[in-house]
Amino acid sequence: MIRRHGVEIALWIALLTVPLWLTYVGGYSALGSKILIYGLAALALNLVLGFTGGLSFGHAAYFGIGAYGAGMTLKYLVASTPLAILVGTVAGGLAATLLGPLVMRRRGIYFAMITIAIGQLFYFIAVRWNEVTGGEDGLAGFRRQPIHFGNLVYDVQDESKYFYLVLLCFAIGVVIMRVLLASPLGHTWVAIRENRRRAQFLGIRTDLYVWAAFAISGTLTALAGTLNAMLFNFTSPQDLHWILSGNFVIMIVLGGMRKFWGPLVGVTIFVVAQDYLSSVTDNWMTAIGMLFVLIVLLFPKGILGLIARRGREMRAAVTGGRVATERATATIQSPPAPLEQEMK
Amino acid sequence: MQLLLFNAFNGLIQGVFYALMALGLALILSLNSVINMAHGGFLVIGAYLAFTLSPYLGFWGALIVGPIGAAILGLLVERVLIRPLYKRPDPLYTLLLTFGLALVIEDLTRTIWGAQGLPFQVPAALNSPISTVLFFITGYRLLVVAITIVAMLALYLLLRHTRLGIRIRAGTLDLETVSALGVNIYLLRALNFGLGCLLAGLAGVLAAGILGLTPPMGSSLVMPSFVAIIVGGVGSLIGSILGGLLIGVAAGITTTYYPAASEAVIYLIMLIVLVIRPRGLLGQEGLFE
Repeated sequence: MIRRHGVEIALWIALLTVPLWLTYVGGYSALGSKILIYGLAALALNLVLGFTGGLSFGHAAYFGIGAYGAGMTLKYLVASTPLAILVGTVAGGLAATLLGPLVMRRRGIYFAMITIAIGQLFYFIAVRWNEVTGGEDGLAGFRRQPIHFGNLVYDVQDESKYFYLVLLCFAIGVVIMRVLLASPLGHTWVAIRENRRRAQFLGIRTDLYVWAAFAISGTLTALAGTLNAMLFNFTSPQDLHWILSGNFVIMIVLGGMRKFWGPLVGVTIFVVAQDYLSSVTDNWMTAIGMLFVLIVLLFPKGILGLIARRGREMRAAVTGGRVATERATATIQSPPAPLEQEMK
Repeated sequence: MQLLLFNAFNGLIQGVFYALMALGLALILSLNSVINMAHGGFLVIGAYLAFTLSPYLGFWGALIVGPIGAAILGLLVERVLIRPLYKRPDPLYTLLLTFGLALVIEDLTRTIWGAQGLPFQVPAALNSPISTVLFFITGYRLLVVAITIVAMLALYLLLRHTRLGIRIRAGTLDLETVSALGVNIYLLRALNFGLGCLLAGLAGVLAAGILGLTPPMGSSLVMPSFVAIIVGGVGSLIGSILGGLLIGVAAGITTTYYPAASEAVIYLIMLIVLVIRPRGLLGQEGLFE
């Protein structure tokens, strides 16, 4: 148990104690929350990208719809944090569910192009519908509200208390995704990613499965969006922009898109790097762009992919013999590892 | 009525730029299998290069040098960054790479030429309206349309009647067979990429004379060009042109009645097309499905 899940247990302990140690390594509470929020969004996007093989390049749309949904609920409807989360998540999930059929039959390049373009629709609605969305300046004038349980009050306006709310939502999201990926549904997603045509020949309605992945992924991304809006008590069209969509994808690739936790690793590095770069140089966009190019050229399998490969090589070295052949065949097009390993 | 005509014509000019961009994107998409997110970057390079060189070369010289500069940069990018990625079948990587490149180009443009918009001088003779009633039809705008038509005809002749063009068309259908017949497909893809960037550069110079120069001009033109391809149908160059003109005019007409929706309408048209006719107006059935 400890041996198999050691890393994961350590991860959860580290996450539970973030407010205790984050300031010592130079972070701040909001940064921890931001990493978890982006992490949730990236893990959710990876359901489509890494596990189903759909190149969604427009997930910022659902993130942003969640954010605007939560912000507008707090501003215009009711001053309730849980309701804001609920409304934003449902709105984003609904959008993904309704738009899914437009992309579910597409593959590769075309899937990417349509998702990019659909994302832009919501961006322009947010920019141009001034009276309601605040236009270019973004939506402000709302605050996350303390949560009441009968007489008990949990005041999330405190940054570290809010962090635990974010962590709770993150954990719920992770549990949902893990359960789904371990279920026949998840295995079907991976089958579609590996060979869509073959899955079709087996009688699987692949389009419906892709739709399901897209809808679930969009819903969880929207959940992350609602938390993001309430973290800053602000949301802007940038939360819907295709640059954010691209950032999500590069974070996933950086961490490793074939590993469940890959996106979280990528998000941590990317968010910290972005935070740092924007404080030291005006040309941080160039730096981020270069980072994109370098990641694509040098780390196509991501950091976790690299570590896993090293691990396999070392184990092979211990058992002897097979290492040479494994090395020789380990190229980018090498056949993916069996399902069991993939799901880790 | 005149306002409607005015906006429709403005939209048509915008549509011409979308069409030029979409044409280059579609060429690169079909032969190189690359979604060139940096296409707007090449447009910006073409435009700013023309702007910088026009005091020395004059307007006409800049009009030629700008697109060629963009094409040379395109060849360079293809050779150094994109060629190593052809062996990875997943289009994800070229998409991300060109995405990063788009960020770099936009940011460097801002550093070199400044974030402020710059005016691009076109010859005074071209700036006067053709008639007082149709005040919005200036000589320059007619020139834009004329040059675009010439460029499209030239591209048509190239693809139809030259060896290079025939190979490009054959390559979009079956690159492996073309390669087996002894064609250097690396060179072919490089030239095709350069050709696409040439069109982007041309769109940049022409657009600069009307919209002025700003660093984000590329990214604001590239998104509608994607829509133009989707609306026109992936795999059809004529479809891309048609799609570009269609959404340009639709956006222009919308400006007359409800300006706030002028961008959103482009994407709404796309949604409607995707629902009613998923392959686009002139697209081949079953492509990318």
